[in-house]
Amino acid sequence: MTSFGFLLANLGRKPVRTWLTFFCIIVCFLLFGLLRSVGTAFTAPPNLSGVERLVVSPKYSIIDPLPISHMRQVRSVPGVEAAAHADWFGGNYLDLGLAFPTIPVKPMEYFDLYSEYQIPQAQLEAFENTRTGAVASRGTAERFDWRIGDVIPIVADIYPKMDGSLLWEFELVGIYDRPDQTSGNFEDFYIHYDYFEEAKQHSKGMIGWIAVRVENPDAAAEVASAIDARFENSRDPTRTMTENEYNAQFAQQIGNIGLMVTMILAAVFFSILLLVSNTMFQAFRERLRDLGVLKALGFSDGQVARMIIYEALILTLGGGVVGLLLCYGLLIMVSPILQIYGTFTLDALSLALGLATALVLGVVVSAVPAIRARSAPVVEVLRARA
Amino acid sequence: MIGQIFEVTRFNFMSIKDRLYSSLVIVVGIAAVVSVLVSILAMGVGFQATLVDAASPDRALVLRKGSDAEMSSGVDQDAAAVVTQLSGVFGVSAELFAVADVPKRGSDSVANLPLRGVSPDGFTMRPAIKIVEGRMFSWGTREVIAGVKAAYEFEGVDLGNELPLRDMSLPIVGFFEADGGAYESELWTDVRTMQGALRRPDFSALRVQYEPSMGDSLNELVEEDKRLQLDFVPETEFYAEQSEGTSAIISVFGYVIASIMAIGAIFGALNTMYSAVSVRSREIATLRALGFAGLPVVVSVMIEALFLALSGGVLGAVGSYLAFNGYTASTLNQASFSQVAFDFAVTPQLMSLGIIWAIILGFVGGLLPALQAVRMPIVNVLRAE
Repeated sequence: MTSFGFLLANLGRKPVRTWLTFFCIIVCFLLFGLLRSVGTAFTAPPNLSGVERLVVSPKYSIIDPLPISHMRQVRSVPGVEAAAHADWFGGNYLDLGLAFPTIPVKPMEYFDLYSEYQIPQAQLEAFENTRTGAVASRGTAERFDWRIGDVIPIVADIYPKMDGSLLWEFELVGIYDRPDQTSGNFEDFYIHYDYFEEAKQHSKGMIGWIAVRVENPDAAAEVASAIDARFENSRDPTRTMTENEYNAQFAQQIGNIGLMVTMILAAVFFSILLLVSNTMFQAFRERLRDLGVLKALGFSDGQVARMIIYEALILTLGGGVVGLLLCYGLLIMVSPILQIYGTFTLDALSLALGLATALVLGVVVSAVPAIRARSAPVVEVLRARA
Repeated sequence: MIGQIFEVTRFNFMSIKDRLYSSLVIVVGIAAVVSVLVSILAMGVGFQATLVDAASPDRALVLRKGSDAEMSSGVDQDAAAVVTQLSGVFGVSAELFAVADVPKRGSDSVANLPLRGVSPDGFTMRPAIKIVEGRMFSWGTREVIAGVKAAYEFEGVDLGNELPLRDMSLPIVGFFEADGGAYESELWTDVRTMQGALRRPDFSALRVQYEPSMGDSLNELVEEDKRLQLDFVPETEFYAEQSEGTSAIISVFGYVIASIMAIGAIFGALNTMYSAVSVRSREIATLRALGFAGLPVVVSVMIEALFLALSGGVLGAVGSYLAFNGYTASTLNQASFSQVAFDFAVTPQLMSLGIIWAIILGFVGGLLPALQAVRMPIVNVLRAE
């Protein structure tokens, strides 16, 4: 029998206990993954896109508007390469309430700034040329089973039309893809600024915020202060931050709840870990006699000790991998629903931490039995009753 | 039969101390599930209570048609005058609601501090507002009063301090309480001060006190007047809707996490009870050989599992009560886009819910091992070394 065969045979000694322990570990790491994703979603969104952008927002509160004339001035600040403005339309889709953020933009300008968004050139041109046009993220389009050409009705809550009606209808002319881990911007639904500006009843000439691409990312901080200095004494002063800081601010508004949930889950995770290790520890103790037999048959001390450690590692690493995979799948399923609250993903660091924890767990629970098995005198073990 | 059940159960409990450590697996595992379930749900209940308890059946909001929050709404002076004249309306407070970026205490990141400009009627129709420190602001000045929770959560909201707002600075002259309601998270001032600071000529919404029996006719009057383009929403409805989204998310989150943990706890309980049965297999077989029926054995194992689960449940429920009841947290209310501070509410209902969960987990975790205990072939077990 190979030693791997031995390992499997040992695990199969009490199959019920082995499977239960295994499932327990899976659940443990599923939770671990979830708590990590909650933790990262509520602290700072990941910035893996490598795009350095600034966001110019009103100084006192993001609910204030900025005059469109700020655009020209922002563009004239040295170090600013390009700028695009956006606004918060709000609105309700079907009876879902705010199902996705609706953002009025200048199509060419905006997609030039967010160059990592992929959209076929023809669709982008159609968006530019269709006043009532709109483009959706692939996630949103799939969620509601939209096809190009569909008319999307949105009921306004902030912006009635000139005639007082609340129903805005947009024609879907394009679908864009965004890289997986783009920070901050979620499944935005973009509508045409020209149409929005002309048809809205109030706040004419005002916009929500301005996104800026800087020429040299290393000088982003200086450019940001230069922009703010430009508007310091105007009626509408600004506050300019990197896109990451801007997004982190939203996430942090959720505040101490995120932290608290993480704390609760962490406590729970460790209590389950303790329980699992206790069970595994017991299982080894009961087998001390079998190990004595192996030693009597000529297995070396080291071989026996290793066998115990490997066996524990099969359980913890196996359970860890399966648990983290389950978590990954679960997050893919629920993240479109939670997108308003943040980006819930399992990043590489969390995966690595999870696997490292599994490794440590395996070594810890098997260390004491392994040392015992290694040092136990064969005769004594065999004489003792199991 | 009852006698047998009693005897076997007594045997079991006498031997629990030998299996203390593994029995703790059930207690601790289930306590963890229950405490997480109860504390997360307590967060949702507390959040909801903060919003809903502030509602009164004789008050309503008048908002721009289509708006479901004060922040996105706008009502002009003329419309306000029309609503004031409607019969059945006792008082109208024209209000302006906005948020300011202010850092939370102990954090350098800003959050949305809600500000409310009110008219004198706003105080008469909300008798719950009580100044607890300092004094009331004077009308027509820049003075503000702060809710006690806003003072607790936000940097610089201190008596005697000046809060910068747009290009003005507002002296804070008093703190108020509002029976624990959401207003306690807000700063209040004269609506005209707010209009000046925000450079807005209109109001966000009207707060109306009305004769409740005339609610339907007022609703019709306001909503059918094409000039007004307004909605009439009773407070009870308004706040129920406001709290819905966030508290639903919190509850779903609580149930999902607790369910996943419950699966883990069941595996732990099964594991423990299986080994409890297997350690005692000889003893059980002996009892059966002596003529004890199967049922008492099953029942005794179940009683042990349920007892351990119940201890875990009580431990978890009481633990989360001690740790979290009354704990103040604050979060962004998605509906009003402003920070709301609230107290966790570990209610007796939530604690019983947790204990019910514990009993169910104990039942599921004990049943299979209990059946296993009587299914073991007696002879084989007795013969085995």
